[in-house]
Formats: sequence, C-alpha cells, structure tokens
Amino acid sequence: MTVKRLDINQPKSFEFSNEDLTLINDTIQNYPENRKQSAVVPSLYIAQKRAGGWLPEQAILKVAEMLDMPKIRVLEIASFYSMFNLTPTGHHFIQVCGTTPCWLRGSDQIKKACNDLVGKEGEVSEDSVSWLEVECLGACVNAPAVQINEDYYEDLNYESMTALIKKIKGKKDIKVGSQVGRVSSEPKKMEKNNA
Amino acid sequence: MLKEKDKIFTNLYGFESFTLASAKKRGDWSTTKEIIDKGRDGIIGELTKSGLRGRGGAGFPTATKWSFMPKEPTGKTHYLVVNADESEPGTCKDRDIIRHEPHKLLEGCIIACAAMGAQVCYIYVRGEFYNERIILQSALEEAYEEGLVGKNACGSGLDIEIFIHHGAGAYICGEETALLESLEGKKGMPRLKPPFPATSGLYGCPTTVNNVESIAVVPTILRRGPDWFSSLGRERNAGTKIFCISGHVNNPCNVEEEMGIPLKDLIEKHAGGVIGGWDNLLAVIPGGSSVPMIPKEICDDVLMDFDSLQAVNSGLGTAAVIVMDKSTDLIKAISRISYFYKHESCGQCTPCREGTSWLWEMMEKMANGEARVDEIDTLLGLTKRIEGHCICALGDAAAWPVQGLIRHFRGYMEDRLNETKKNIVAGR
Repeated sequence: MTVKRLDINQPKSFEFSNEDLTLINDTIQNYPENRKQSAVVPSLYIAQKRAGGWLPEQAILKVAEMLDMPKIRVLEIASFYSMFNLTPTGHHFIQVCGTTPCWLRGSDQIKKACNDLVGKEGEVSEDSVSWLEVECLGACVNAPAVQINEDYYEDLNYESMTALIKKIKGKKDIKVGSQVGRVSSEPKKMEKNNA
Repeated sequence: MLKEKDKIFTNLYGFESFTLASAKKRGDWSTTKEIIDKGRDGIIGELTKSGLRGRGGAGFPTATKWSFMPKEPTGKTHYLVVNADESEPGTCKDRDIIRHEPHKLLEGCIIACAAMGAQVCYIYVRGEFYNERIILQSALEEAYEEGLVGKNACGSGLDIEIFIHHGAGAYICGEETALLESLEGKKGMPRLKPPFPATSGLYGCPTTVNNVESIAVVPTILRRGPDWFSSLGRERNAGTKIFCISGHVNNPCNVEEEMGIPLKDLIEKHAGGVIGGWDNLLAVIPGGSSVPMIPKEICDDVLMDFDSLQAVNSGLGTAAVIVMDKSTDLIKAISRISYFYKHESCGQCTPCREGTSWLWEMMEKMANGEARVDEIDTLLGLTKRIEGHCICALGDAAAWPVQGLIRHFRGYMEDRLNETKKNIVAGR
C-alpha cells in the first residue's frame, strides 16, 4: 500500500471542456442504467488530463457530482489507483519502471539519467519535466522501459535515456517504442521452423 | 521447435497490420457463424477435448470454467469479462495480442459469449496500455461496422455487445473479483468467495472472467479442431503458449512455443542464450514474479508446462521467464519483488497489508547484510504467516518468491550475512 494525500496547494476551480463532457457521457453509456459509478476511473482519467497531469480536489468533486457519487467514494478511488497523481507533475511526466525484469537490465542507470538531467524524483523541473519510479509497466522483454505521458520508450540505456530527455527539453520529436530499432517484442535474431 | 504452420498468433510482433482486412487474411472471423452454430454444448465439448487450460496463471481448464455459467436464462444479464489488466512482473504477452492481434481477441469474445449465453462482454485493459486500448477500440469499431459484433453478431441471431473499460494502475485488479469491483467503480479489493462470479459476479449477475490469451486462442482451436491443439504439448498440458523471456538473455523476446518445451531450448533457441553462456546461469523465475525461482540444476532439464514446473515446487504462472545470470544479486532481486507486493497490496487483509511491508524490510536487511543468520528462519516464518491467510492470492504471491530464495539459496544468504559480520568485526 502507498499513502497519497491531496496536495496542499489547490487551484480554486476546475472545469471540464465540452469535449470532455461528451466523452464522459459516452463512457457512461457503456454501463447499465443506474451503474454510472462504473465510469469513475475513466472520468478521473479524463479529469487528470484536463488538469495537466494531476487531480486537484475540485476535479474530484466535479466527477462525484457528475456520477452522483459521494465525494469520499471518488477520493478513495483517486488515492487507491496509482496512475492518479494527487500532486502536480511535469508537462512531460516520466514513469521509470524499476521492477525486477527492468532492474536486471539496468533500470538503475535510467533512474540515474533522470536524476542527472531532470532532478530529484517527484519534483517538477523549471521546464516542467518530472519523473517517478513505478511498478511493472508490462514491457519486460523490452526492458528497461519508461512511459512518458501515454507513450512507451523501450530497450533503453543511460545514453539513450539521456538523449530522450534532452530532446524533450529541446522540444524535439522523439521516436516512440524501442530505441534500438526493434519493431516490438521480437528477438533480435528470428528462428523459424518452416517444416 | 514449434512449426510456423502451428502458430496461432501469426502477427504476434506486428509485422503486419492489426486491421480487420489484414486480420481476415490471416483467417480471423472466417467461419465464426459456423462455430457459433455448434451451440453451447458443441463449443464447450470441443474445448474440453482440446485440453485448453487458462493462460492467466492458475491453469484452470477453460471449458470447465465456462460450464459453471447458468444453463438457462436467469432474467439477469450474463457477462463475460476479459482480464487484460496484465501487470505480473515479467509478463507482456497480452499487450502484444491487444495491439497486434485484436481481432483474435474480439472473435474469441463473441464465441465465448455464445458458448456461455452471455450478452455483454467487458474487456478490462490496464490503464498504462493507452495506445493499445486505442488500437483495440478501433478494431472493435471495425467489427461493429461489419456486423461481427452487436445485434445479430456474425449473422448468428445472437445480440452480443463488447465494451472496453480501463483501469488506472493497480496490480490487484488482475485478481478476478477485484477486477469486478473495479469495473463497478470501486477500489479493487477482492471479494470473499463463495459466491463465485459464475453465480454472482459483475453487478450481482452471472459472470465469467478469462485471461486475454485464453480467449484469443479459442477461435483457432475450434477452427483447426481440438485434436490439432491437443496433439501439441503434453498430456494435460496441451497446445501452444506465448512465453515472455526477459532478464539476462542475449535477445529478450516474446515467442509462441509448444507447451512442454525444455526451458534450456526455449532460452537458447529463441532468446539467444543466457548472457555469458548457459554455465553463467544462476537462477530462473519461470512464470512471472509470483512463482518461486529455480536454480540452474533444475533449469538444466525442466520442461515448461504446468505439471512439470509444479513438480519442482514452482509454477508456469503466466509463462514469463525471468533469467538471472551469475552477476545478479539474488537477494536484491527478490527484495525488489517484495517491494512490488508491498506497493500493490490492497490493504484489505491484515496479514498481507502488514506482512508485505515486513517482508520487504527484512529482505532489504538481508540484501544489505544487516540481518543475523537466524533471522532467515524468522523471515521464512513470516512468509508462512501470510501464505493462505488472506482473501486472495496476492499474499501467497508475495510469500512464494521469498520461500523459493530460501529453499534454494539459503547458503548464498548465509554467506552474505557472515561476510558482512566478519567485515564488521574486522572493523572494515
């Protein structure tokens, strides 16, 4: 278990865009009548995106209102699921996988690269980049891997991670996926039995 | 080595497109109506004959699970829920199915719903798989447009709806009842069983929860026939399986292979061998982080299937093979796994909530050489106080890796602790 609390500094208001509202209302339709609550995780996800990567209290209250849920039930969800951030993150939010399969292939070096170029874990840099060590991202055969906002970057080492961060900071395009030219999870050398 | 023509996932690596047109060329959706026309007993009968066991970790026979659903309409909606909350460390197979073979999964959902009399299917994708979810959504829209899903799905006369739902980062939601809680919009805390989901699952209605891979292989099995599937692998361990080979190998990869392939062949033929050669191998975790590790002596000739691995006190789990060579600090490696379970414990049962924290703290002490040798037994005792004392298997999963370490590497741990003690005495 981990303990998460609401941030001390809270913005006064939060508003969904019309696009967000349509998306949430469409999502509610996926569940039976009177089961709006099922849409709470997707709705908080949309709220987090709107608020710039984290969930202010006002966003949580808004979701509770839309889904007719007691506020505490929504806060409970926001603090239970690890993808919901209750404190601000950078515009570029780097999640570094540190679980054993990635650790065996050098995730400590990836953390070092983040430390060297972004700063302390959990702190937002001046150019709005932040990083966090997370649990298994599910890209173990492409380890070590990181997730930056929605995209995965795989087969990393200290050098390629440093290069990635520099490009983000320089607002340059970065290539999603494997950084050593693999298409996805295939072995470098393919063995086939065509018998 | 599995022949190319016996592979189910011919686009596992995404060399071709995931779209409907491309999937149809690979044979997906070709005779779905004919399969559905076999009826409930026909489908479940053939699946029983094929010997398919669930691919999510526990290895429960899929057909038997399906047969638990009520045979007659209950007046309630019957649900199929597909567990795509893949988060077991080492495992990354469902991700490839979702992003490269989504139509195999969707077709499997339709057939499974038909076989169980389910009208609605939810696919619960882990939150981190954002791009994968977009792909699956677009495949689903294609299938709706073609009339393969929805009203009169595939012309079968059955109305079957499929919805995609997502989580937000919680390993525990991979446990089937926690997944249902999460789908209902609550914290993912496992439910007490009974009642089992087949009686009272999602929204209190009859529900079956299956892993992505279990569902995605069904269309091919029914198309090529149960005898073809059961001819692969070994008795009680039939068919093919996607193995995820990670850690200290030259070419980490996912690969579909025959069940029962020797572990050594799997690593050497597909993953380019252990870094530094086979003799540089120290230990392997053969089925995802929850199963106990096995030392090299066992790896030399163990077969990769449910029964063979169970016989050596480990398990096939999700078939995620984590390889560790002699450069590995084994205690640290397991300690990191203990941290994972501490982080992911939902906090509902005291032995797990408190125990996983203690486990990790003690493992860190061991890794840093700060413990006494007799504390290895304290640690072992702690695992026994967690194992079997909780609602779900997360506590067990936290205990087993530590037990595996002590079972096979007690000497290794003692050496570490004695070494540090000597250094302290010598004032170093």
